[in-house]
Amino acid sequence: MLEHQTYEHDVLVIGAGGAGLRAAIEASAGGVSVGLVCKSLLGKAHTVMAEGGIAAAMANVDDRDNWKVHFADTMRGGQYVNNWRMAELHAKEAPDRVRELEAWGAMFDRTSDGRILQRNFGGHRYPRLAHVGDRTGLEMIRTLQDHGIHRGIDVHMECTIIRLLEDDGRIVGAFGYERERGRFRLFRAKAVVLATGGIGRAFKITSNSWEYTGDGHTLAYEAGADLMDMEFVQFHPTGMIWPPSVQGILVTEAVRGEGGVLKNSEGRRFMWDDIPENYRAQTAADDEEGWRYTQGDKAARRPPELLTRDHVSRCIMREVKAGRGSPHGGVFLDIAWIKTRVPNAGEHIKKKLPSMYHQFKQLADLDITEAPMEVGPTTHYVMGGVRVDADTQMSTVPGLFAAGECAAGINGANRLGGNSLSDILVFGKRAGEYAAEHAKKQKNGAVDERQIDEAARRALEPFERGAKGEGPYQVQYALQELMQDLVGIVRTGAEMQRALEALGDLRARASRVGVAGHREYNPGWHAALDLRNLLTVSEAITRSAIERKESRGGHFRDDYPDKDASFGTFNFIVRKGADGRMNVARAPIPPMPDDLKRIIEEMK
Amino acid sequence: MAATATFRIWRGDSSGGAFEDYSTEVTEGMVVLDAVHQIQARKANDLAVRWNCKAGKCGSCSAEVNGNPRLMCMTRLNQLDLSKPVQVEPMRAFPPIRDLVSDVSWNFRAKKSIKRFAPRPPDAPDGSWRMAQVDVERVQEFRKCIECFLCQDVCHVLRDHAMFDRFVGPRHLVYAAALEMNPLDTENRARDLKHAHGVGYCNITKCCTKVCPENIAITDNAIIPLKERVIDQLYDPVVKLLRVFRS
Repeated sequence: MLEHQTYEHDVLVIGAGGAGLRAAIEASAGGVSVGLVCKSLLGKAHTVMAEGGIAAAMANVDDRDNWKVHFADTMRGGQYVNNWRMAELHAKEAPDRVRELEAWGAMFDRTSDGRILQRNFGGHRYPRLAHVGDRTGLEMIRTLQDHGIHRGIDVHMECTIIRLLEDDGRIVGAFGYERERGRFRLFRAKAVVLATGGIGRAFKITSNSWEYTGDGHTLAYEAGADLMDMEFVQFHPTGMIWPPSVQGILVTEAVRGEGGVLKNSEGRRFMWDDIPENYRAQTAADDEEGWRYTQGDKAARRPPELLTRDHVSRCIMREVKAGRGSPHGGVFLDIAWIKTRVPNAGEHIKKKLPSMYHQFKQLADLDITEAPMEVGPTTHYVMGGVRVDADTQMSTVPGLFAAGECAAGINGANRLGGNSLSDILVFGKRAGEYAAEHAKKQKNGAVDERQIDEAARRALEPFERGAKGEGPYQVQYALQELMQDLVGIVRTGAEMQRALEALGDLRARASRVGVAGHREYNPGWHAALDLRNLLTVSEAITRSAIERKESRGGHFRDDYPDKDASFGTFNFIVRKGADGRMNVARAPIPPMPDDLKRIIEEMK
Repeated sequence: MAATATFRIWRGDSSGGAFEDYSTEVTEGMVVLDAVHQIQARKANDLAVRWNCKAGKCGSCSAEVNGNPRLMCMTRLNQLDLSKPVQVEPMRAFPPIRDLVSDVSWNFRAKKSIKRFAPRPPDAPDGSWRMAQVDVERVQEFRKCIECFLCQDVCHVLRDHAMFDRFVGPRHLVYAAALEMNPLDTENRARDLKHAHGVGYCNITKCCTKVCPENIAITDNAIIPLKERVIDQLYDPVVKLLRVFRS
């Protein structure tokens, strides 16, 4: 057997962003021993990038808000293929999770009467996002980190899991390597929580960091768990597009929440040109009403820039395709215009959007208080993920839990901005709680040495091929180009069939990847190992997207541009077949209880 | 801007190392991290570097660029003289692991030694508190910290005198200041700051403030008020006298 170090925990949490940290804290509160594995250093996970805020119906700014409105907004945003039970739990529990953060040291912006301030965001009927300027994610991860380090959690930094270990159909641990020395690590555990985030690195233009390679999705899939909704990828409408080196970096929706408008090269606010039927009643009648909404006028309705992300992204694409784009192939996002409305607008913008001001100033030599930004869609989030039980977050494999972006259900076909930070808190907590409960009832499982040996041998293969093999980065770039071009914002059946074939070729290339050097902190090796995950999630996205012959939320088909009600009654499930091939199946959405149905009707 | 530039990158590990030159193509808007990635992808797959967000928000890609402590992702090439090789090396105050990656684990241990947040009982039955924006803002400045540890890297108490066992460094004094100035907090950290955390070792050269990518006024707004707090509580003659009578 290949050499490795062994660790034992009751609950092992894989991933240390908001969901993983919250799960680890809760599991530890449940009185079990907890190990927390982070791919990077603690506190660096992608949660730091979240800008706008945490959606929670606390009604601090508008007392008409409550969990029912939040529930209805989430379901509408997700085009009703969400797991309604998750949407219900999320809306009900988010306020408590936010208040808890304050008890752990978070410092949110305040209302004039000293309560937590909440801001407007796309698809949310009332101002609902608790925030800290435009760096809410940093505040959240730091709060959870600083609380978590005093809870007796064993943190394994810079460690990547490459396979889950099963015994008789249940999860008994995980196997991976640590970056610093490249040594293998075996984690024995009675329950495992996946909190690995998303898949953004499968696309060329993305707001996601290198870590987002679909690890949790793939680990779960390989362990026999179901993935769900993989066709639903969110392309955030506003990423930076110029200069090339910053392409994809996020420009927060809060820019629009504070009054920023989208314009084409003709100076026209093109978002007025297409307002979806189910949002018409909630959308402003003109510029003036939209502006009043962003400034907190409760009687006003939202401007069209704050329609859902999927819709705004497509409108931007439409303008670019029609030749009305900005010089570098995007559109203009203008917050500087508010100087005609707000005294001392420059200072106001810097105070409300400090990170955005610095980001453009430093990376694009642009002063957003003076000139419009150039923006375009960027791969931001995957709604799809591990299929879980709404209440416990357990997957279809006993002992395997998932929470946050790597789990599916809460968001349906499209996620509302701000619902991710609340999702990771609400379901991170639930996953931790139920994983601890599950672990308490389990005896230690037996670890099958063959599983470890196989994983370790496979992981070391790139070294055997050495520098003669295919370069790992070249395969990754080819995959990213492919997914961007053929399975991106606008999809067709023919293009996706081509993508599927090309993925097969890339899989073959990936099996020939070689790396030079040794195992100590070798990024080439790490990139080579991530390829398998990227290929798996890319295939899952493509196969699911081919099957969904309609357009809904984040999934838009040029060959089926309309929504088809018959596709609104089930979710697509991806599962590994006995023959090792990827199967796509349909899982009917359970009927919604009458009280929830009534809420949706009332809020229409 | 020149079409290619040379990057002189430190390659090595704890046993030693040397600078190696790599030339790479330069395009508009590039930052140092882009150049490092390009070299990694095309010429040196195993070139070790930490990074995550590439937007100045996670604080992972700290290094010394031409001798200046910088986030590589926020250092534009058009701010550098590309007629000469651009020197890139890891943070030197910490032990090297490999290439541009240094061992910053001490920082995580140091942080843990600071007493955690201990809020007063909530102001409202729903478990929430009331705070004024102005009070929150004072602390929010410190909470902007992205833990890049560049301030630790340049602090001479750590870099030149290696007093890692007696001084927690500017980052953690900022952390302590955020807790001490939090209007809800009830803990007293003055004694720890004086003894275990060595706030007195800071002699206010402000090197940390100069390199902070978040522009936190580390010395003026965090460290000096902490020093004053320690003096007020532990050296004030009246308080000292009172303490004698009480005991």
